[in-house]
Amino acid sequence: MAYINVEQGVPGIRSLVLFRPDTGKPLYELAQILLRGPSTLSPAERELIAAYVSSRNQCFFCTNSHAAAARCLYGDEGSVVDEALLDPENAGLTGKMKALLNIAGKVQILGKEVTELDILLAREQGADDREIHDTVLIAAAFSMFNRYVDGLASWTPTDPAAYAEMGRRMADKGYVLPQPVNQ
Amino acid sequence: MPHIDLNNDLPGIRGLLAFRPEVAGPMGELANILLRDTDGLSPVDREFIATHVSWLNDCFYCHHSHGAIACHYLGGEMDLVDQVRNDYLHAPISEKLKALLTIAGKVQQAGKAVLPEDVENARRHGATDRDIHDTVLIAAAFCMFNRYVDGLAATTPTDLSTYGPRARQVAEKGYGNHIISEKQPAA
Repeated sequence: MAYINVEQGVPGIRSLVLFRPDTGKPLYELAQILLRGPSTLSPAERELIAAYVSSRNQCFFCTNSHAAAARCLYGDEGSVVDEALLDPENAGLTGKMKALLNIAGKVQILGKEVTELDILLAREQGADDREIHDTVLIAAAFSMFNRYVDGLASWTPTDPAAYAEMGRRMADKGYVLPQPVNQ
Repeated sequence: MPHIDLNNDLPGIRGLLAFRPEVAGPMGELANILLRDTDGLSPVDREFIATHVSWLNDCFYCHHSHGAIACHYLGGEMDLVDQVRNDYLHAPISEKLKALLTIAGKVQQAGKAVLPEDVENARRHGATDRDIHDTVLIAAAFCMFNRYVDGLAATTPTDLSTYGPRARQVAEKGYGNHIISEKQPAA
């Protein structure tokens, strides 16, 4: 049970933003810009960065929901998500995505872990300034979302079907601030 | 030098937000609500949490920036800010704030490090659901801001006298796009 009095039966971050919608609004806007806004990285690639960081932070809710969204968005190539979460270096990803996941993994540890060499390797694989910026900020943002969700012990469903449904919704609709059911 | 070409020479997160103004809106709004709300925790309490977490994350720009804002609110009590930053258990602050800083420190390690007894201890000292929520989200948000600033090697002024004028600007006008769109305050 969550540490604070949130609506029962509402999972993860959705319960927290319903508890405090005024902070929920910029949080959802940030997620929408970073994961769905105009970018040369596809929504599938950006969801994979989110799932990868969440997995390293051992946030079950965020890992499974964003992995499900990434699988939907990758379509026929959805299995690459599971490969990447297990072993990104040997997953069927582009060299650029591997280099960006390496940077995201460093950010997950701490900002200063990112070295000039990490950046150089990403550039050699074709990553530009904006892609590097967005990778760092997605990884940093999920270092926040993961802590928000687990730090308040929000409800984490364990049924895989619940995540498959969440992933479809996230792939179809993006990030829209949840509205209270009973008003 | 920053890892990417920002096309500006603004310090810290300001340079990053000027490079990517689309994210400046929600990030500024989040900071403004979390750090300037007066419901429950005071703006000083909120800046203390931000300063402590940024110090734990070893983010020089953020812990000096938010320490300077707390100091501004306090009318210049830098000794108190310094003590809260790195030795809050012995600082002359309320037991409630100490309990909340302990929760913030757990969040800095990992979300799951926050235990039911940490939350019970904060409640025993008068913390409400809203206080606990805001503490966790401030600490989590600074795990983002700190990684954003250091992960891109944002420009970090080492002259501590430059932090006061920016702190005064934020204390007077809040967080938001003005920190990147208006002239930077002079020392």
